[in-house]
Amino acid sequence: MLEAVDLAAVRGDRRLFSGIGFSLRQGELLHVTGVNGSGKTTLLRMLCGLVVPEAGDVLWEGKNIRAEREAYLRNLLYLGHLGALKDDLTGIENLRVAETLAGEPISERQALDALQGVGLNGHEDLPVRVLSQGQRRRVALARLALSRARLWILDEPFTALDKSSVDALRTRLEGHLNQGGMVILTTHQEIEIDAAVMKQVALG
Amino acid sequence: MLSVLLCMMRRDLVLAVRRMSDVLTTLFFFIIVVSLFPLGIGPEVEILRLIAPGVVWVAAILASMLALGRLFEGDYRDGTLEQMLLAPQPLSVLVLGKVLAHWAVSGLPLVLMAPLLGLQFGMTAEGLGVLLVSLVLGTPAISLIGAVGAALTLGVRGGGVLVSLLVLPLYIPVLIFGAGAVEASVTGLGAEAHLSLLGAILALALCFAPWATAAALRISLD
Repeated sequence: MLEAVDLAAVRGDRRLFSGIGFSLRQGELLHVTGVNGSGKTTLLRMLCGLVVPEAGDVLWEGKNIRAEREAYLRNLLYLGHLGALKDDLTGIENLRVAETLAGEPISERQALDALQGVGLNGHEDLPVRVLSQGQRRRVALARLALSRARLWILDEPFTALDKSSVDALRTRLEGHLNQGGMVILTTHQEIEIDAAVMKQVALG
Repeated sequence: MLSVLLCMMRRDLVLAVRRMSDVLTTLFFFIIVVSLFPLGIGPEVEILRLIAPGVVWVAAILASMLALGRLFEGDYRDGTLEQMLLAPQPLSVLVLGKVLAHWAVSGLPLVLMAPLLGLQFGMTAEGLGVLLVSLVLGTPAISLIGAVGAALTLGVRGGGVLVSLLVLPLYIPVLIFGAGAVEASVTGLGAEAHLSLLGAILALALCFAPWATAAALRISLD
């Protein structure tokens, strides 16, 4: 279970948000909404432990994520709006490096299957540099199929995807929720995700 | 833990091989700077022999400064640095892997080229040998110390100049003992003391620099 208690963020002199609190249990989805610049990305980065909260705590299974860093990070998959892909590496290499860093090394075969799962057949051996924006996004999203993390934090995962990829991602998210996973995401698109419990946090 | 370190090193080495130009610019900068001195000063072997260790060492330090900006910049821009911070393994281990790979592509070529360049200065075989050893011990320390500065100035406007101001003063001990080792051996004092101290600096840097770099990266990404 992930809990946020009375979180506040300050950027420069400006207070982005304060008093944000929620709890997220197995199979629940949290949708973070807000206009541009309201601090959605900051909140997500804060939940990952990348940004130190101005006030408040983030708790994983009742313990502060700073104290239980390793246990928390093993259960966390964060995909930011930057793709976290190396331009000069191929899709397979990118996935294998990312998964090794996440503590779950995978074989070339598994990486290939994951890429084919997001419809990138025939593009596995190309450096990511030559792929289109949507294809790069799909390489990044292929990690969802490989990860064993229970909590997914996704920053604008639907951007740049075509219709069929949006549907595939939605199915993937629903599958994760059905298996008792947790999802936190931001999106500007109107997307119906079939979750047992769907929570919202509105910023700004 | 070792597997992530090796994974990080392998990734950065593969990236360096696919962007050979970055590696070569550092190396050629080093070669050209060192070669300018004999041309500018003239063929007096005595003077050249005297200044050789200092010139090679200063050029090596400047060349490594040139490469320092690339250490974290690319990872910062494409978001892979964020993922490194979110790895369950200690960040300092990942940093160590990156710095070792960085040294292998920006420091090691200079070390290997240095004896050849020393010949331009009429250095003796013994002097060249000591120069090589001093660079082998000193350049990794330079990469490690430089990483702290690179991490601190990440994402700062005009970071390139700032990192020089931050890091160059910290290189002074390495420079003194590195160049001093060659001088001591040529004058017959023996280079052991200088080389031991260089080794000590390297050992200290290996222990503390990755840890300090990791802390600096967390601050830079906050």
